[in-house]
Amino acid sequence: MHTNEPTNRRHGVMAEFESAQAVVDAARKVMAHGFTKVEGYSPVPIEELNDIIHQTRTVLPKLVLAGGLTGMATGFALQYWASVIEYPMNIGGRPQASWITFIIPSYELTILFAALTAAIGMIVLNGLPQPYHPVFNVDRFAMASSDKFFLVVESADPKFDQAGTSEFLRSTGAKGVYDVDE
Amino acid sequence: MSSVTSETFKAGDTPLPGLKQFGLIAAVLGVVLTGAGFMMSGSEGADRFFRAYLVAYTFWAGVALGSLALLMVNHLTGGAWGIVLRRPLEAAVRTIPFLAVLFLPIAFGLHSLYEWTHESAKTDPLLMLKAGYLNTPFFLARQVIYFAIWSAIGYLLTSWSAEQDRTGDPAIAGKMERLSGGGLVVYFLTITFAMVDWTMSVNPHWFSTIWGLLYIGGQGLSAFAFCIMVLVMLSQTAPLNKVLSTHHFHDLGKFLFAFLMLWAYLSFSQLLIIWSANLPEEIPHYIIRWETSWRYLSAFIIIGHFIVPYALLLSRDLKKNAGKLKVVAIWIIFARLADYYWHVAPEFYHGGMSLSLLDLALPLALGGIFISIFVSQLSARSLLPVNDAGLEKALTHHVH
Repeated sequence: MHTNEPTNRRHGVMAEFESAQAVVDAARKVMAHGFTKVEGYSPVPIEELNDIIHQTRTVLPKLVLAGGLTGMATGFALQYWASVIEYPMNIGGRPQASWITFIIPSYELTILFAALTAAIGMIVLNGLPQPYHPVFNVDRFAMASSDKFFLVVESADPKFDQAGTSEFLRSTGAKGVYDVDE
Repeated sequence: MSSVTSETFKAGDTPLPGLKQFGLIAAVLGVVLTGAGFMMSGSEGADRFFRAYLVAYTFWAGVALGSLALLMVNHLTGGAWGIVLRRPLEAAVRTIPFLAVLFLPIAFGLHSLYEWTHESAKTDPLLMLKAGYLNTPFFLARQVIYFAIWSAIGYLLTSWSAEQDRTGDPAIAGKMERLSGGGLVVYFLTITFAMVDWTMSVNPHWFSTIWGLLYIGGQGLSAFAFCIMVLVMLSQTAPLNKVLSTHHFHDLGKFLFAFLMLWAYLSFSQLLIIWSANLPEEIPHYIIRWETSWRYLSAFIIIGHFIVPYALLLSRDLKKNAGKLKVVAIWIIFARLADYYWHVAPEFYHGGMSLSLLDLALPLALGGIFISIFVSQLSARSLLPVNDAGLEKALTHHVH
């Protein structure tokens, strides 16, 4: 992501808001205007803001499902291999492929694989760990950890243009608009 | 917000004209078909009638009793799901005294249902030992006690709730909460005994210690499926269409999902324990259901009662879509009925599947009667608990 291009390259434009309601209202206007590469920052979770900004669905649920199914198949195959193929034993006359008892370990591995996929997938898809992020180049952004709310329109957005986007963000009720250096 | 809602949600017209009509038609059609099925069964008619009646009754009583449990859980825990569901739950709870009357045919059909009432039980070594519990007078006395307890808890909770609607006295919520705490304990105990009586003692030689819990989970699932169906119907017209959002249905869908998993977990636990032990006094329960043509119903239960609804309810989009959620809920209602049938009927017909018209007619008839009483109870009150302290929060559920 981070290249050696001249430092005057912009990451985007940042707008600061006073309240959760203000940032939600502004986000609606920004999305309605047709911007797609938008990110919101808030000291508290705002479910609504997330729903407005991230309209494309994450691929994570599908990965978790695939992880779970892999775990289930692994668990079942492990037991089948151990008790039918590699080490068959007659225990009280039960069938060797006693699938009823196989269900519990298969289920456990389903959960294990699904949970690991969810946790690792979340970290990877979020691009973490990320020791550098351009938004911290704006000093005011420190307030995102206390009581201010921020929207960033990234320069990668096809509708982005430096002056116009700043002007537009000001019109959405922002208390301040800052350029974000790359 | 709450001042607006108390204006908007006064008791008024019948809220569900469609469901009311369905209930009446189902009741009449069910009774007619029951008559036809009775004629067709010839000399077996009485036995077939009572056996089908027991299944149908256990199912519909389960909807009401599960609603009682969910109502008590909500009084203890609070939550938006229970506020929007409260009136359907209370209407279902209000049917319990009527269900007590509908129990009477079972009392008259004990001989067709329960081997322990037969003359041969007096010489059966195991049944002689169980005779202290499994005998007709004590059985009937227990039923009186169960229905007295369930009706009393239901009566107190619903009439206090009506008082809360009228007066808005904040102390009432505390009273309901305290009764619900003890009430849930009593519910677990009475349901365990009642289900041992109603369905487990159909085969008095067999036992399963998880039976009571299996029915408690099943009743919760039945009640959730039924009340979600009702709530979706209510959400299509005023006044509830203004307040119910996808967030409410998402929550209810998650609960339905959880109860489905609970039911599957308990059913599987029973299978695993009995299958692993493989004891001659326990395993016949599954041999009958898997080594004969009952296996098709068993397979249907696994696929239709668990795998299919489980896979569907995994989807967040489906849980947020009230219309689709209703379809899944109705499907689960049918699957629940099949599950109760699967518990009881194989005990009478060891050789294999033996379906009669009565097995379909009686669930329809009792369902029609249940739904008719339910709708009339529902229309007696406002559709939301207007003076509940949690109402405003429940209706502005999505704003954090």
